[in-house]
Amino acid sequence: MFIQQLFNGIMLGSTYALIAIAFTLLMGVLNMLNFAIGEVFMLGAIIGLTLVKLGLPIYPALILAVIIAGLVSLVIERFSFRPLRQAPPLVPLLSTIGFSILFQNTAENLWGSERDQFPQWMEPIDFQMGPLLISSTQIIIFATAVLLMVGLDLFIQRTRIGRGIRSVAENIETASILGVDSNRIIAITFFVTGALAGASGILFGLSFSIVSPFMGIEPGIKGIAAMIVGGMGNLRGAIVGGMFIGITEVFSVAYLGAPAKDFAVYGALFLALIIRPQGILGMIQAEKERI
Amino acid sequence: MSSYYLDLFSAMGINILLALSVYSPLATGQLSIGNAGFMAIGAYVSAMLTVHLHLPLFPSLIAGGVFAGVVGVLVGFPALRIKGIFLAMVTLAFGEIVRNFFLNFLTSLTGGAYGFRGIGNRPVSLFWIWGCVAFFLILFFFLSRSRLGLTMMATHDDDTVSELIGINVVHLKVGSFGLGALIAGIAGGLYAHYYLYLEPEFFNVWQSIHMVLYVIMGGMLTFWGPVLGASIFTLLPESLRFLQDWRGAFFGAFIIGLMIARPSGLLTREILRLDFWLPGRRGNLG
Repeated sequence: MFIQQLFNGIMLGSTYALIAIAFTLLMGVLNMLNFAIGEVFMLGAIIGLTLVKLGLPIYPALILAVIIAGLVSLVIERFSFRPLRQAPPLVPLLSTIGFSILFQNTAENLWGSERDQFPQWMEPIDFQMGPLLISSTQIIIFATAVLLMVGLDLFIQRTRIGRGIRSVAENIETASILGVDSNRIIAITFFVTGALAGASGILFGLSFSIVSPFMGIEPGIKGIAAMIVGGMGNLRGAIVGGMFIGITEVFSVAYLGAPAKDFAVYGALFLALIIRPQGILGMIQAEKERI
Repeated sequence: MSSYYLDLFSAMGINILLALSVYSPLATGQLSIGNAGFMAIGAYVSAMLTVHLHLPLFPSLIAGGVFAGVVGVLVGFPALRIKGIFLAMVTLAFGEIVRNFFLNFLTSLTGGAYGFRGIGNRPVSLFWIWGCVAFFLILFFFLSRSRLGLTMMATHDDDTVSELIGINVVHLKVGSFGLGALIAGIAGGLYAHYYLYLEPEFFNVWQSIHMVLYVIMGGMLTFWGPVLGASIFTLLPESLRFLQDWRGAFFGAFIIGLMIARPSGLLTREILRLDFWLPGRRGNLG
């Protein structure tokens, strides 16, 4: 029972961790909270499902959906970030809330507000492994999540573009003086975060059989919570925070009943912020640890 | 006045109060996206007092507001350690905790998820709502002219320097946070006794976000900004009825466009002084 719940918590947590990484990457590089990431997450899942229903083979369809999610994120950059770079930090945040409303309403009008799900043949096959009941989707989802996290970490630490991202995070003016094309780096960062959010939306839709225009609201807020609990602007912290939120949620449902779920999650967030505002792994002040 | 306009102006008055409840902490630099929680506290407390204890409306409204204000001060104190986005998240978590509280606890008194019905004996009229709006507008008017208002503005601009020149930043921040909670609580009480029905789901994150939008759209540098923002936000969706299902999309696009066109909101200190057209004066105010 305990191990099974822990396993389920880590599964749920890995979805939250992916969203938290998307949030934290933008927060770390640009000091901007993109509230519409929850809706990019939703669009990734809905577009993926639509492409599958249109008859595209599953993998190309999902990869295409992830790319579209990245492009949507570029649109957000164009309207909510680029023209507002000199404005106080609240203004881009509210502008992305505008995108949230826009995307939710558009998705509702185009796809209807009914819950949908990925086709039956993609439903999981359950199998027993020791004391654990594991479904095939859980394995695929967990493997994809880990792959994305490791891949992103390597991308940022090892590649030339990753170095550019880190330098822009450090200081945007200095990076520009030293010849980094900061506009390009910022666009790439937005694309990567959008693609990540879209991918985690698809994973979420597959594992919980829910695809709807409103599916992004709760994971979006929990992703922000995970980012903050883990320590803002810290990739590994986002993973820890995501796991923390996922495990808290699953355990409170298992041992305290379903109504206690949000109570426990937000209570934990509240206490975590009051007691340790810098997050579990966080170092807000230490600039060089930002990514 | 027809009941349609009656409802519209009541909603506008309540929204103005809610916008002022966000403006008050924001005037000292504290962003709260949990004011739906304080509104819920005021609504449920005042409704429980009138329904179960048969108290008159006026003391119940005051009690709901004061209770929300006390909770606000209790939340505001530990929240002093944190700023900006962290404070926003604490208040967001607080709002969700309150919503889940009324969803799961005291359900024999409030109906929980089924909704709180039967608040029917003492309905609030338009005059109650606009009376409260007038009271708080006068309060903010005198506050904005006072020394206290100046220190609030200073704290908003730079709280470290304010502390250095001897302003008691702790009192100011907790006080303005508590005042915001109190206004939200009174707005909640008015809401409960005007619409005569409450459900926890109404007080969700989006409710809090809308209150913040009123303030930022209207402009957060003077208290007239929230008033203007809340009024426009109440009337605009009504005037967009011809767009039908696409109202939300238009509304979202409107927010994005307005933020690009006027990042400081519609009303700025310059506009209120009406000297924004003078050469050389631009930009050194507000």
